[in-house]
Amino acid sequence: MYAFESYHRPQSLTDAVALLAANPFARPMAGGTDILVRLREGHKDYADIVDIHGLPELEGMSADRGELRIGSGTTFAALMTSSLATRLAPMLIEAAGWVAGPQIRNTATIGGNICNGSACADSAAPLLVLNAHLDLIGPEGQRLIPLRGFHLGPGRVERRPGEILRSVRIKSEQDQGLGTAYVKYSMRQAMDIATIGCGAGVRLRDDQSNGIVDELRLAFTVAAPTPVRCPTAEAAARGLPLSQAVKAVAEALDQDVSPRTSWRAAGDFRMHIIRTLAERMIRTAAKRFASSAANHQEARTC
Amino acid sequence: MLTLSCTINDRPHELTIDPRSSLLDLLRNQGLTSVKQGCGVGECGACTVLVDDTAVNACLYLAAWVHGKRIRTVEGEVRDGCLSPVQQAYVDAGAVQCGFCTPGLIMTTTAFVQSCREQGRDPEDITPEDIRRAHAGNLCRCTGYETIVQAVRQALEQPDPSKMDTESTAP
Ligand SMILES: Cc1cc2nc3c(=O)[nH]c(=O)nc-3n(C[C@H](O)[C@H](O)[C@H](O)COP(=O)(O)OP(=O)(O)OC[C@H]3O[C@@H](n4cnc5c(N)ncnc54)[C@H](O)[C@@H]3O)c2cc1C
Ligand code: FES
Ligand code: FES
Repeated sequence: MYAFESYHRPQSLTDAVALLAANPFARPMAGGTDILVRLREGHKDYADIVDIHGLPELEGMSADRGELRIGSGTTFAALMTSSLATRLAPMLIEAAGWVAGPQIRNTATIGGNICNGSACADSAAPLLVLNAHLDLIGPEGQRLIPLRGFHLGPGRVERRPGEILRSVRIKSEQDQGLGTAYVKYSMRQAMDIATIGCGAGVRLRDDQSNGIVDELRLAFTVAAPTPVRCPTAEAAARGLPLSQAVKAVAEALDQDVSPRTSWRAAGDFRMHIIRTLAERMIRTAAKRFASSAANHQEARTC
Repeated sequence: MLTLSCTINDRPHELTIDPRSSLLDLLRNQGLTSVKQGCGVGECGACTVLVDDTAVNACLYLAAWVHGKRIRTVEGEVRDGCLSPVQQAYVDAGAVQCGFCTPGLIMTTTAFVQSCREQGRDPEDITPEDIRRAHAGNLCRCTGYETIVQAVRQALEQPDPSKMDTESTAP
């Protein structure tokens, strides 16, 4: 038995928003893999539940003019088997494979992963790199906001009272002209929380893998109290040949991150991992950019 | 209280439940004690059951969510007194020691074998690493996992019963 004090299962999104608006303490629950654990641990913040599990308006994926729309209730398992998502946002699929184990991926949703506000959410780095937008619906209506800035602190997000995340919007990686890569450093290869997660998106000025960096986007999880993008390192890389860009990033990075010491890893060790993963992911993303650009060239000349 | 209908191991049920119940509570109250509570927080997989053929942790799943769904536990895998091919593979490989993890593992393997077949994956191409990743949500304190990997391999290599049926009924 979970210690709910109240439980409602609305049949529509409108009803769900109304129920949340009526009770400021109520929380939406999707897959429950964060909330139900918290309840087992005896936390009182999740005693009033509005159950949005399986609401049809939050399910499914679609694409419109190169923009991928992912319903917030989409599970990581559903993402990983979606050919649409694999084609348009391969970086997100790469990260989804790192989440927990099969049973959790079968119930844990992307919406819950974002709204839980954790610094270690595996979807955060790819979504930040891909400049994802969030489509929220609440008592005041609908709004579309960038994910960047949504995280306010550990476990805190910029979700207004009564709001529900309806979908995540991502412009396709191809349309954004990026090669991408994500990796999670953790003690175990599965069923473990990240010590550091790192995602990179790279566009080169020419199609060589050591070409000039036209744009770099770099994001980390667990490197600060919230998932972060790295504006200083990104600016330092711009306009440099890849090998120099990687060095410039390593030097600039400590202005963008503030890794903490915990039982998992000491702060200086985390900083070492951050620099190492940044170099690896930038190089991998650049290689992928070059090979997809080459493929494109071929397709065009055929 | 909440009323729901679902099938458990192919038998239809109409149940009245407390909305605070987990699927684990529901199933154990029905006498299905193969569903074990190890950790209660999604870490160990001892409570794994299939909901519409998808493996979930019954300890982190609301009973209310199974309305209209089909649940499978290890009790229902025995047909006409015969173990399922996956169960038999665990016996043959010696993959059962204390047995606490076994029902959950068998359900994870059952879902894994079924999905490999649906995707038309050749068992030859499935590596021990793939098998381990597919079973990463189930802990076992006794076996050291090697015999479990062998059991899964044996289960994958058995002929597909659904294909055998179509062949035998083909003219
Ligand atoms: C054993 C285990 C291992 C895990 N491993 C990982 C891992 O490796 N990587 C990782 O990133 N996470 C991991 N997690 C955490 C968790 O599974 C994920 O964060 C998951 O994506 C949460 O989604 P959910 O649908 O289960 O969320 P829920 O528990 O339903 O909700 C989480 C939070 O989000 C809010 N919320 C949910 N949906 C919405 C919505 N549509 N609109 C507004 N608010 C909403 C809820 O109110 C709550 O505050 C693990 C959890 C467990 C139990
Ligand atoms: S008891 Fe459910 S995962 Fe451990
Ligand atoms: S056989 Fe004892 S835990 Fe697996």
